[in-house]
Amino acid sequence: MAKLTIDERVLDVDPQLTVIQAAAANGIEIPHFCWHPKLSVAGNCRMCLVEVEKMPKLAIACATQVAEGMVVRTKSDRVIKARNAVMEFLLINHPLDCPICDEAGECKLQDYAYKYSIGYSRFDEDKVHKPKRVELGPRVLLDVERCIMCSRCVRFADEVARQPVLTFTQRGTHVVLTTFPETQLDNRYSMNVVEICPVGALTSRDFRFKSRVWEMSSTDTICAGCSRGCNMNMWVRNNEILRLTPRHNEDVNSYWMCDDGRLKTFPWVNSPRRLSGPLVRKDGQLLETGWDEAIAKAATDLRLFRKGEVAAIGSPFATNEDNYAFQKVMRENLGVKFLDFVEHIVDGDEDDLLIRADKTPNARGARAVGVRPASPSEGLPAILKGISGGSIKALYVLEDNIASDPKIREVLTNLDLLIVHAHERNETTEMADVVFSASTYAEKHGTFVNFQGRVQRIRAAIATLEQDRALDGFAMSRWDKFASQNDKWGKGPRRDARPSWRIVTALGAALGAKAKFQTSEDVFREITERVPEFKGLTFMSVGIRGHMLAARQAAAKPVSVT
Amino acid sequence: MGSNGQIIRKKDLNFWDRLYIPEILKGLVLTFRQMFKPEITVQFPEERFTPPAQFRGRPVLVEENGVERCVACGLCSRVCPALAIEVQASETELAKERFPIKFEINMVRCIFCGFCEEVCPEEAIIMSNEYLLVFNNQQEAVFGKDKLLKSAAEMHDRLEFLRQHR
Ligand code: SF4
Ligand code: SF4
Ligand code: SF4
Ligand code: SF4
Repeated sequence: MAKLTIDERVLDVDPQLTVIQAAAANGIEIPHFCWHPKLSVAGNCRMCLVEVEKMPKLAIACATQVAEGMVVRTKSDRVIKARNAVMEFLLINHPLDCPICDEAGECKLQDYAYKYSIGYSRFDEDKVHKPKRVELGPRVLLDVERCIMCSRCVRFADEVARQPVLTFTQRGTHVVLTTFPETQLDNRYSMNVVEICPVGALTSRDFRFKSRVWEMSSTDTICAGCSRGCNMNMWVRNNEILRLTPRHNEDVNSYWMCDDGRLKTFPWVNSPRRLSGPLVRKDGQLLETGWDEAIAKAATDLRLFRKGEVAAIGSPFATNEDNYAFQKVMRENLGVKFLDFVEHIVDGDEDDLLIRADKTPNARGARAVGVRPASPSEGLPAILKGISGGSIKALYVLEDNIASDPKIREVLTNLDLLIVHAHERNETTEMADVVFSASTYAEKHGTFVNFQGRVQRIRAAIATLEQDRALDGFAMSRWDKFASQNDKWGKGPRRDARPSWRIVTALGAALGAKAKFQTSEDVFREITERVPEFKGLTFMSVGIRGHMLAARQAAAKPVSVT
Repeated sequence: MGSNGQIIRKKDLNFWDRLYIPEILKGLVLTFRQMFKPEITVQFPEERFTPPAQFRGRPVLVEENGVERCVACGLCSRVCPALAIEVQASETELAKERFPIKFEINMVRCIFCGFCEEVCPEEAIIMSNEYLLVFNNQQEAVFGKDKLLKSAAEMHDRLEFLRQHR
């Protein structure tokens, strides 16, 4: 360890670190544009200049390695003067675009202009003009005028996404960021450059002009796009998801997220095709009905079958709480033995950065909390065979459109009773006798288990009909806080949906169980008591970083809940 | 109140005050003098008052060459202390890149403070001289672009005032 002094603070740090890393690790901010903890050091922005005792000139903190006894000053007059000069240079050709720039409000250049700049411009010549709407790729737009040539995006494309297509051409103030001829920035991680760009030069084509960043609320949650479970922020305005951005978690996704996760995991939550309220089939038609009637109907219909005639299919898209409550009611109250879920693995569609072949967020969790057959003779193939053969007559399916597979759809036509939890009308609901509208991952609290065995929390960001943003502790934007019932902007669409664990708990009660789960946390508490891998965990200890499952106990047997 | 319940005057009136007559005469003289001054009373609502350029009437959006100046930056919406303004941006082929596909001011919320005008980087939202606002219901009070847009020519006086005093 080396003794390092920064602004009179004496620190004991790893001598392998650079000054900026040592400072960051100790909560000391050294302003910077081009340095990024996960990219190579470029040292071109000069914003991180600091004074190092016994060095004649100011040194850039990102490329200066810590040495024993080093004394660094980040706030001396010389440093401040140099910083002001750097800011002045950067702002010379930077357009006054903040009003039309999507980065405004979360822009490093804007923030530093307040914190580290003299506050006015001495430059009154004409600014250099450059192309403003360049399509760098299918998902990223470039405004060359706004670029400060930090090269973060270039290094990201080279080093992280490993698609080295970005480069600079020209020199001096005429530098232009561009793609090599015949190439475009279209790798599966391309949108990460939008976040790492310290200015608004690179913007998302999807989110373009949808909202100012300060108008949205942001909720810490987890991507449901694959079994990686990238940590992310969900940005909501007027009860509508507008964008998803990665949230740093070194153990899972670092600072990144894939483009599919960002773009494909939310439009269906906002979709006008979502179900609102349960449906019950009458005379061949699915009709809207109340929750109590639908639950009573499901309970009465299920009672008509003998134990061996009912099968249940859980969901790797649903939370551990949903799956746990589901298998508990199925096993305890209906005596179901045939219990499994359908995997959604796209063979070969994975890489060594983030993307996983398993396109569900919770397969490992579903299995861990008991959605798995006690013996292979009671698994999915047996269920499908039983339905075809007529020995299984009723099926209960949790949040999974299993009939989108034509083979399964064919099999399901043999059923006498099909009960489904779904988010929107789909192939499976079209065949169902009772449909419960289930909350999506954006509308409920709960946990997923990712492929590493890490338990991670999802949080509700979108309110359903029965939820209230203020009373239920949602993240709130200014609009949410101050909307009165006369304001149109407080009235985004809200669906009559409920989390699956609540629906099955109510069903259990109708079937004679003692209903006791009031919140998803209650369910989680019971999981931690009954499932050894979850032992000792709480919502609190899972927190925003997640928590690894305990090592599997010898011969984990299905959680027979009695 | 004194301890015996009597009112104690802070400043007792003097002899002339107590006579009342001189004070009444003074008042009559003042009233009489006004009769020869030009009349400023406006017989509202039969007669209408046209306020000067510095008046802060309802905010309007300036239209120039057939399009609103507004770039939908949302700064007016952010600064508005009454949360009266809702802006939704969208993309345009014009050089300004973005425009408000929806711009609404809830005139029941607006307090005529003029902050929106002050913050606007484009001089796109300005205070007009309109003060007559009557609504029969809440929905009517929400002014969309149809009611907000005014041509720059029409708003000339206010724009000129802003040019000189800002
Ligand atoms: S586009 Fe952004 S990230 Fe890339 S060099 Fe320019 S400022 Fe840096
Ligand atoms: S890698 Fe998986 S979890 Fe991460 S953003 Fe992509 S889809 Fe979501
Ligand atoms: S005048 Fe004031 S209250 Fe009215 S819209 Fe403008 S900022 Fe809001
Ligand atoms: S501040 Fe001006 S330019 Fe920005 S949204 Fe309001 S009116 Fe439009």
